[in-house]
Amino acid sequence: MTTQEAAAIAETAPAPRRRGRARSGRGGTGSWVVGAYSLIALAIMMIPIVYTIVFSFNDARRSNIVWRGFTLDNWLGICDDDRVCESFGNSILVGVTATIVATVLGTMIAIAIVRYTFKMRTLITVLLFLPMATPEVVLGSGLGSQFVNMGVERGLWTIIVAHIMFCISFVVVTVRARVASLDPSLEEAGRDLYASPGQVFWRVTLPLLMPGILAAALLCFALSFDDFIITNFVSGNAETFPKFVYVAASRGIPPQSNVIASAVFFLAIIIVVAAQLSAGARRRKLAKTG
Amino acid sequence: MAFGAFANSGPDLSASAPRRRSYVALILLAPGILYLIATFVAPLGSLVLTSFKEPGGNFEVGEYVYAFRWENYAEALGRFGEIFGRTFLFSLLATIFALIISYPLAYFIGVTLRRFPLWQSLVLILVIAPFFISFLLRTLAWKAIFSDEGPVVSFLQAIGLFGPEQYLNGTAFTVVFGLTYNYIPFMTLPIYASLERLDLRYVEAGGDLYAGPVQRFWRIILPLSLPGVVSGTLLTFIPASGDYVNASKDFLGSTNTVMAGNVINDLFFQSFYPVSAAVSILLMIAILIPVIAYVMKSGSEDLL
Amino acid sequence: MGGSFDESGADLELVGVTKRFPGFTAIENLNLTIPAGSFFALLGPSGCGKTTTLRLVAGLEEPTAGRILIGGKDVTATKPHQRPVNTVFQSYALFPHMTVLANVEFGLKRRGISNAQALAHEALRLVELDHVAGRKPSQLSGGQQQRVALARAVVNRPALLLLDEPLGALDLKLRRQMQLELKAIQSEVGLTFLHVTHDQEEAMTMADTVAVMNKGRIEQMGAPEELYELPRTSFVANFLGQSNLFTGPVVESAADSITVEVAGVGVKVPRERAQRHAGEVTIGVRPEKLTLHTSKPDSVAGLNVLGPGTITDVSFTGVSTQYLVQIPGLPAITVFAQNMAFGPVAEQGAEVWVSWRVEHGFGLADEADPEPRFADDDDTRSIAVQRRQSLEVELDEA
Repeated sequence: MTTQEAAAIAETAPAPRRRGRARSGRGGTGSWVVGAYSLIALAIMMIPIVYTIVFSFNDARRSNIVWRGFTLDNWLGICDDDRVCESFGNSILVGVTATIVATVLGTMIAIAIVRYTFKMRTLITVLLFLPMATPEVVLGSGLGSQFVNMGVERGLWTIIVAHIMFCISFVVVTVRARVASLDPSLEEAGRDLYASPGQVFWRVTLPLLMPGILAAALLCFALSFDDFIITNFVSGNAETFPKFVYVAASRGIPPQSNVIASAVFFLAIIIVVAAQLSAGARRRKLAKTG
Repeated sequence: MAFGAFANSGPDLSASAPRRRSYVALILLAPGILYLIATFVAPLGSLVLTSFKEPGGNFEVGEYVYAFRWENYAEALGRFGEIFGRTFLFSLLATIFALIISYPLAYFIGVTLRRFPLWQSLVLILVIAPFFISFLLRTLAWKAIFSDEGPVVSFLQAIGLFGPEQYLNGTAFTVVFGLTYNYIPFMTLPIYASLERLDLRYVEAGGDLYAGPVQRFWRIILPLSLPGVVSGTLLTFIPASGDYVNASKDFLGSTNTVMAGNVINDLFFQSFYPVSAAVSILLMIAILIPVIAYVMKSGSEDLL
Repeated sequence: MGGSFDESGADLELVGVTKRFPGFTAIENLNLTIPAGSFFALLGPSGCGKTTTLRLVAGLEEPTAGRILIGGKDVTATKPHQRPVNTVFQSYALFPHMTVLANVEFGLKRRGISNAQALAHEALRLVELDHVAGRKPSQLSGGQQQRVALARAVVNRPALLLLDEPLGALDLKLRRQMQLELKAIQSEVGLTFLHVTHDQEEAMTMADTVAVMNKGRIEQMGAPEELYELPRTSFVANFLGQSNLFTGPVVESAADSITVEVAGVGVKVPRERAQRHAGEVTIGVRPEKLTLHTSKPDSVAGLNVLGPGTITDVSFTGVSTQYLVQIPGLPAITVFAQNMAFGPVAEQGAEVWVSWRVEHGFGLADEADPEPRFADDDDTRSIAVQRRQSLEVELDEA
């Protein structure tokens, strides 16, 4: 995932779902054609995913390009190629650290932007917007040359520094929508009901912002986990999972990479489907009682 | 809109009117903003400084000193002018193809499937599914599929469209294909977001007022979903123009498909930092100008 | 805090309270005393300053000048969570992430009261919603949410309970039902209620005392019947029900009545029901006090007669029929006639006279052409816009 990809998700996420508003949409030949076209497009989009998953079961030797037969060995011995596992561990470490820091910093900015007035507001909003509108290769080479100019030894921590940087803006966008939609009378009710300012924040404001903050954190982690373009410039000798794949691409990718990518894919899909189903169940429950 | 997300679009009355003292805002803003200054603004400055550096006294590779060597830019433009043109062309083609594929798809999910919420959610998950599997592995999967022994080339050769020595990988086709494929979700999601909010009663009103299907699309549906289209094209064009994975010879490209990102990357890792920085700056300017012009022309200045 | 939570409610006193937002005055020198245990309604159109008054009492806004006393104690400088006051918000403001029970317990727990859960259940039983204690607010209907919001406030036994248009979001039938319930709960718990509303019927049904507020000040205050039967200003006369108002010079001033010349005819108003007794005055009468005549009625002492005029509109509203009568030289007169017979007694275009008993008339305190006190754009949205703009100006200068 790239930063712009995340922007696309970020703006889809807070969209209010107003379903079944107008019940028109008579199917005609038009919508039939659109449906067939869409399903073909989706099917083609799924090809590389299926390919990656299928080849995680390939009984591959050196390069995992030609199908040699089904095996579970790759799944049972994920760490047989220890560089795969090490780089995966590094990616998790970088992702978790960058997510925590960026989520805290971004949430603070989001609250400030919605709730407070301050000088240089326009300048600050432009500053938050620019990292999303800059090609990643420029972000990467900029930070890279900064580290070179300063004589900084590049490694895992410089990757973390870079990932926090490109995550902040996305956290701000995602959480900001949540803060803006927060009914101010809820916090007033808290104050009215004898809660001190600190208690209002921890017991009312923060719990109500939590869905937005969690969405932002997931987005940031996904962004960090799949980033290669920026990481490449700031990583030195450290290797994250995407960087391992890139470096290995010229020599042949071990099938364990496919195992890790497939496992992450299944985990993410399970999380998303579960979230969708529980949201759907909540909506149905509401429809019944309300 | 992500691009409108920071716009000051009038007073936000839903939230409590700003009334609190600025020092709290300062405490909330300072860490994050200082962080961005140190890791985003300063590096851009560093990039500008680097782009004017000249080789150091020892003539060692990677040794440069601060100077004002504007010839770096002349060199970048002279050596890589063609590559800039190609970068622009490939990104533009990928954006157009992505739009052609994404609009009907977004319409299908956002409008046709509106009456089936469960299906809508499932198909939406399919659209974002590629996000969950490594970007590089997906691209490598296409490389394998388009490979010389792969199914596509074999098929084309079997039906006689391709000669025995004709291949796909490393051509402009595979690079643009890869860019289009990788950035389709960026195009689909914003368009879906605006179509999902489209009130179908407007379309019904159009039908009531004698608009046929084609006119209903051009005069009602498309204008109402334009914010999504603008957002989607920007979200596709910007990253595509800086991409150096698809065009890399280890992935879908070859030496004939080099894009600006590849130049920046290669020069950087060969320690030719000044010219790499100059190409970065030129790329950033070359992207920002059409993007700003486009945003102005699409009548959505408030996006920026 | 603590100790100041009464079992019976306390007096609320506003002394010279003024609230200015940048570029706009919401409340001007407001003096108001609400006795303990009463049900007091603040009635007015949107933007009249009634909600600002409520927020000042709750501590959600700070007054520009003046003092606020609850039970004789000055609370002007205290924060909302330190005041023995609770609010039922217009949007209910139930915490969506907590159960109904947790919502009701919230205030008690913040104050460290030990048997919070038992008290919360008791409050929920009071509003007959203990059976939904475990649900989330979003699973309740509008009326149920309203009652939970009430329980959440009442459970704290505040000296003063503030209700900010609490019934505004409910449909008409539910609103009437809740009005009765609220009234019953108020007499049961004996707290002082300050109710803000723009619905005159609601204010009159529920409150012991109604204060009609307009443009940041109280126009008139009193029992509902008193306000209705004897409005003192044209604003009150028209905001509380409808009135027919006539302006003219006082031509005769007797011991028990004054006579005002209206369209060439002398109209009598009892002296004690008129606020001013000389010069140009405005007098009025309620539409249901008028009688229609198809022939000129005999001149009788104690009866005012105007006419002849023409019926320009007849509308049947079920209980009554509403006529518009145009008499030359006068504004259109509205007459409500009860439907004692089938159908209207007079048709459109008919020539009619209207009459009413002298003791039903009233005279207003207004000047003939009152200057507006504030600019007209005083609805909430423009307040917010003005406020933001001036804040931005302030910040740019800083």
